[in-house]
Amino acid sequence: MQNGKVKGDRGSVLVIGAGIAGMQSALLLAETGRKVFLLEQGPAIGGYFPLLDKTFPTNSCGVCFMSPTPPAFCPIYECHLHEHIELLPYSEVLKIEGEGGDFRVSVLRKPRFVDPGRCTLCEACIKVCPVEVEREFGGGLEKRKAIYLPFPQAIPHSLVIDPKTCVRCQECVKVCAPGAIDLNMKEEQETINVGAMILGFGFEPFWAQRKGEYGFGRYANVLTSIQFERMLSTSSPTQGVPKRLSDGKRIERIAFIQCVGSRDPSCGQDHCSTICCMYATKQAMIAKERSPDLEVTFFYMDVRPMGKDYERYYERAKGEYGIEYRRCAISTIKELPGSRDLRITYVKEDGTFEEKDFDAVVLSVGFTPPQTIKDLAERMGLLLNPQGFCQTGEFNPAETSVKGIFVGGAFRGPKDIPETVVEGASAAAGAASFLSMYRPPDQKKEYPAEGAISEEVPKIGVFVCHCGEELKKYLSISNLMDEAKGMREVAHVEEVGLACLPEGLDLIKRRIGEHGLNRVVVAGCSHREIRKAMEEMAKAMGFNPYLIEYANIREQCAFVHRNDQELATEKAEVLIRMAVERARKAQPIRKGRAMVVKKGLVVGGGLSGMTVSLRLAEQGYEVHLVEKERELGGNLKEAFYTLKGSDPQALLQNLVREVEKNGMIRIYTGAEVLGFEKRNGHYRTKIRFQGVGGSTLREEKDLDHGVLILATGGKEISPKGYLYGEDSRVITQRQLEKMIHLNDENLKDFRSVVMIQCVGSRDEEHPYCSRICCGHAVKNALKLKERDPGMDVYVLYRDVRTYGFYESYYHEARGKGVIFIRYDLENRPEVTLRNGNLEVSVFDPAMGRPVTLSPDRIVLSTGIEPNDQQELAKIFGVELNSDGFFAEANPKSAPLDSVDRGKFFCGLCHSPNFIEDSISQGNAAAIRAATILSKEAVEEKAYLAYVIKRLCCGCGLCVTVCPYGARVLNEEEGKAEVIGALCQGCGSCVVACRNAASQQRNFEKDLNMAVLDAAIE
Amino acid sequence: MADFEPRIVAFLCHWCTYTGADLAGTTRQQYPPNIRIIHLMCSGAVDSIYVLKALIDGADGVLIGGCHPGDCHYQTGNYKARRRVAILKGILNQMGFTEDRIWLRWISASEGKLFADTVTKMVEELKKMGPNPMKQLWDA
Ligand code: FES
Repeated sequence: MQNGKVKGDRGSVLVIGAGIAGMQSALLLAETGRKVFLLEQGPAIGGYFPLLDKTFPTNSCGVCFMSPTPPAFCPIYECHLHEHIELLPYSEVLKIEGEGGDFRVSVLRKPRFVDPGRCTLCEACIKVCPVEVEREFGGGLEKRKAIYLPFPQAIPHSLVIDPKTCVRCQECVKVCAPGAIDLNMKEEQETINVGAMILGFGFEPFWAQRKGEYGFGRYANVLTSIQFERMLSTSSPTQGVPKRLSDGKRIERIAFIQCVGSRDPSCGQDHCSTICCMYATKQAMIAKERSPDLEVTFFYMDVRPMGKDYERYYERAKGEYGIEYRRCAISTIKELPGSRDLRITYVKEDGTFEEKDFDAVVLSVGFTPPQTIKDLAERMGLLLNPQGFCQTGEFNPAETSVKGIFVGGAFRGPKDIPETVVEGASAAAGAASFLSMYRPPDQKKEYPAEGAISEEVPKIGVFVCHCGEELKKYLSISNLMDEAKGMREVAHVEEVGLACLPEGLDLIKRRIGEHGLNRVVVAGCSHREIRKAMEEMAKAMGFNPYLIEYANIREQCAFVHRNDQELATEKAEVLIRMAVERARKAQPIRKGRAMVVKKGLVVGGGLSGMTVSLRLAEQGYEVHLVEKERELGGNLKEAFYTLKGSDPQALLQNLVREVEKNGMIRIYTGAEVLGFEKRNGHYRTKIRFQGVGGSTLREEKDLDHGVLILATGGKEISPKGYLYGEDSRVITQRQLEKMIHLNDENLKDFRSVVMIQCVGSRDEEHPYCSRICCGHAVKNALKLKERDPGMDVYVLYRDVRTYGFYESYYHEARGKGVIFIRYDLENRPEVTLRNGNLEVSVFDPAMGRPVTLSPDRIVLSTGIEPNDQQELAKIFGVELNSDGFFAEANPKSAPLDSVDRGKFFCGLCHSPNFIEDSISQGNAAAIRAATILSKEAVEEKAYLAYVIKRLCCGCGLCVTVCPYGARVLNEEEGKAEVIGALCQGCGSCVVACRNAASQQRNFEKDLNMAVLDAAIE
Repeated sequence: MADFEPRIVAFLCHWCTYTGADLAGTTRQQYPPNIRIIHLMCSGAVDSIYVLKALIDGADGVLIGGCHPGDCHYQTGNYKARRRVAILKGILNQMGFTEDRIWLRWISASEGKLFADTVTKMVEELKKMGPNPMKQLWDA
């Protein structure tokens, strides 16, 4: 083993595991200026997400929005490009020394045997490699060679050799033109010094073989959901069409079996894996889109779509897609000889048996903690919970048991993408606060000044790269060169072997100097591959990088037209001509900067509002905290204990104390928001608030701030029906909680209590699941049983949604004799008075007949609704969703951001949440906000819109179409203007403008027209 | 007519479809070389003028590629494109073009295969349709 480098310092952070949570943590910390090492044990970063073509509840991809600086590309790519992130792919942690604030981590870098800096992905080696094995990616549905690309978008974007299967025949070495392969590469050891670590180990799918009775591995047409997910990708071997593995026939009848390796103590998996209902529903919907005649049947215990907008998704699956959900228990699965169909026998709710045949069965496998983790956890001194996931405090969801080590994502327990993103951010916030004494140094690179180029006559250099001879197989490079020489204003044409390598870059650099070139066209691979290197080269020599154009003659020509050299060459010529035309018109771009006001405004002083304020203050930013009530606390004041046994009142006192004594936080109580104004780079909000010392005089004040965080909370839905408000014995869970907490007199006399779930949730008025009510009911039921084990406690429910680790409490409640009776929306329980006594009648599907209960109290599990925030949304220019919660920019990967940059949401105003979720969201919103506050100035986008004032008639169309509020009408001049810091460069306004007054830098209309001309000739 | 090779101009959004087209290359999907790709930031930035000009200048087909609904990196650009294309098709019909010469497709960054298939299909269809009538006008 080679002993090597030492890197990092006490201000930097090591993120272990480059899945969704890890990438999110890394991106956010890097964006605040911190050095981040992102370690991944596999050869490529990304975790499970490259497997996902489509995600719920939008059935779109959407992961790109994860990056803190929209519009962004796929997070994998963003991590790869980020100047403060150093990727450590194919690495393992050997040893951790030191302690929080000063860790020394020994890292083993496994040899890839292919140099990512030189591999051009020409794949010549793949053709000659004699070894074929199953591809791990997607559950082994495909084959790969011993030298392979882990998946098409893999970063590092380079092949890798799997040493376990490689036979060392040296064939690949012989054909590799750039000389990227070295079979003698050795593993190396590095030492990384960091102040904090973040664990994003993620999860592993449950190993379906462990549930042998379902036949996975024995029956050809039983797949895991991981395999089915892969099959549904358009890039899969079946091109996204669901087909049987046994004979390749289209699947016509498919069954999904839920909870395989979830809620199943018999295989050591007593937790609910939280998202299987949703991902399976998504798979079923996509499968139906691909195969409209497909019959889909779900076999399940409870359906648990408890995230934001998930309930609607589930309803759509049933209604619009006709997917059938059968509540039952599976008895057996048998493969029918001959047809290899599968026969499922199941027990219905009423205890009767039924059977049904299917072409294929998908096992919705649950999540287990990564198996390799136990060892490492032990070495770190990390506590795991009974299920083997990372143990955290309920009120410190991002902190592990080791100081300075933080955690987010599925390693804390199974969760969906939005929550994973939130927790990845929350962990980053934890690390940032922990390391606040080590402020990231300003790492701004200095570049030489650029010459004044725009006025000069274009002098274009065209460099044709043949990618280490590879492109010569498909294109006639000499023809291209000849053709390019004749193009307008082209002063120099030259062939390069590998433009992306230092020697190639150097050559281009020299030629720019020698020939006085002021525009460059690189014909070769996609700009995505080479742009970073070219721009660095250009900046270092004072050449404006926006004067370099790229002709994509590799990915979009040579590689896709391999059978016709003549036509491909002809096309490549046109592509070069188009790039030359673009270059002729391109102007240098110097990005503007708008100074940031390093203060935050937080509206709402409840749990999440206080959390976000503290995190911001800890990182050194001033905070204005605005609360409409006379005191802080919000809904937290009404919570007395949690299901997991923590004390919310202690949390409340603690938070209020911390907030009040923090010198960076200025609190305004009894406050209301009067107005809001957008300036370039910051906001100004006008408030009116209660003066100091409880004076009745109301003061007004203008607050300047760089970010806005809305944490305006929510409230308990006030229940309708069930005699609530008419009979004082009908109460809500909150009231019961208070009674229990205060040890209320009346409790003594309770012999029997009936709880009714989904009151004001999942109905027409509130068509969403409030997520927390099942947990609340179980919590209070357990408390009642604890006081008096003889008390009869009934829970009338529609689905029990005790997701994740809450499942074990549900289990416990049943064990302690709490009786759960299911009801349907069509058969709601009826509450009546008989001789002055309460009576509940409900149809019990297990008994197949109605039952009547006579409780002492009826407890309604009421849902959560947002406060009326219409007015506030209008003032701040943010959107509400149809349920009245704030609408995020992207439900998957930017769950707390508004579309306008610099505005965030957290807590109950965003969606119904448990206390720990609100804390995570508060943390997460703080670090997302810090990505803006940490900068001196917001850098504008390169391809900014601008207005030619002379042509502008002030019609305001551009203002209406701009999705970012980056357009304003200057009333005095009657002309439109662009707020540079907000413009993202989409070009909508350019199209909307009828006078061509609106233009976009380097996408001007005449530029596009010139390119179009070149395309058609 | 057998030799007729249609010429297609494609306007692809930077984030999804252009990347999808790159992925088609990375994964070596083959499709006919009749297409010239113009890179724009968003499908919502495709001005009707570009499409009309392409057709008037003799392109046989125009492909506009954007992110799937809900995935546009600028929130709503693809919806704007969708509305615009719907209107454009009406105008084209009146001008005597068949509206099928304009294709609007949602192709994500991971759908290289779909991109290749789309181009292949479009070339086939255009071959059936024959050359852009405008071209004959010019030639005459
Ligand atoms: S960015 Fe792809 S369509 Fe808008």
